Amino acid sequence: MTQPAVEEQATQHGDHEQGHNPHLAHHFDTEEQQFDSGKLGMWLFLATEILLFSGLFCAYAVYRASHPEIFIYAHQYLDKFWGGINTVILIFSSFTMAWAVRCAQLNQRKLLIANLLITILCAFGFLGVKFIEYQHKWHEGLLWGTHYNPVEHGAHSDVEGDDPHGEDAAHVEASSHEEHADAVSESHSEEAPQEPEITAAESDGFKIEHSKIPDAPQGPAGLAKVEAGGHQIGHSPENVHIFFGIYFAMTGLHGVHVLAGIAAISWILRRAIRGDFSEKNYIAVDCVGLYWHVVDLVWIYLFPLLYLIH
Amino acid sequence: MSSSSHNHNEPHAAPLWILAAVCITLMVLTYLTVTATYIDLGGEGNLFLAMGIATIKASLVVLFFMHLFWDKPVNSFVFIASLVFVTLFILFALMDTLQYQPNMIENYAPLINK
Repeated sequence: MTQPAVEEQATQHGDHEQGHNPHLAHHFDTEEQQFDSGKLGMWLFLATEILLFSGLFCAYAVYRASHPEIFIYAHQYLDKFWGGINTVILIFSSFTMAWAVRCAQLNQRKLLIANLLITILCAFGFLGVKFIEYQHKWHEGLLWGTHYNPVEHGAHSDVEGDDPHGEDAAHVEASSHEEHADAVSESHSEEAPQEPEITAAESDGFKIEHSKIPDAPQGPAGLAKVEAGGHQIGHSPENVHIFFGIYFAMTGLHGVHVLAGIAAISWILRRAIRGDFSEKNYIAVDCVGLYWHVVDLVWIYLFPLLYLIH
Repeated sequence: MSSSSHNHNEPHAAPLWILAAVCITLMVLTYLTVTATYIDLGGEGNLFLAMGIATIKASLVVLFFMHLFWDKPVNSFVFIASLVFVTLFILFALMDTLQYQPNMIENYAPLINK
């Protein structure tokens, strides 16, 4: 008589003994409580992530409010095409991640593995595009702070007369050059003949040989030269490097999150292959999915703020 | 937002058609936001349009990809609370910045240590 009574009491108090469900930690009463706690913890972490990024968004807002001309000028160096491609890649990877969570919930192991693989591939694709963009900016000296030493290409001024970006008078030679260079990124080596004069200048301790007396329309810093071919890059405002500081800080921090996402999804993938997940135990997939969507969320705002300035 | 979904025996799986529809909508909105940059809306119109579209996209991601539509309200509370503080943070910083606007020389951002 006592034996069944004790058992009944045990079940009423929830499955403390873990015999019922190996995934239920002893300090939780029910699976639902465990799941909800985990999920809430993940959301709290995501809230701190949003606050982390908000510092950079704040820097962006403050600087753009004070000096919109720097953003209007400097964003022309960013290629909407590559930014758009990356947006599409990230949205698609978010979709496959959301699908992966669904697969875990429905016990579809093979589909789960496939979706996780596609998500990781998309993440690498995103970083690949970012690498192309960064490499180009590095090459052109479009960097932060004192590293901002834009390379001048008078020799390239006649590249692609018709720019799809259609920035009217302030046509950006550098932007079309960027496309040109990105489309055939291997051709950087072929462009080498134009570089020696710059490297020679660098070896003398100068990044760029500017005249000490700047041309009148350029302003004191003389950041961009008026093109010989009549195309103008637009008058460069002062301190354009601050835009690139913000650009690299924001996209860099975001890129670090993409890397962390790859690591997290790979961990989930390994566990999925091992067969860890089921409709009883999928919270790890769920939480990694939430993290990945936040990476997407941040990019949804970064893309128009950095690439699509009008 | 229904809170009955976390009966753990039957996890709520987002219907695949909703996920696919959200994905397609996000793609279309991305196309729209790129196209919109070629139209001049005057003033800060373009910025507000771009931010509006981004917010619609973000809402779709949060509601459906991130399950908040079906989740317990406490998770939405955490998320919205973080957004409230982000808004306060940025708005107060901007209030200060805009106080100095009358002193700004347009198109000129002098370097201090020069």
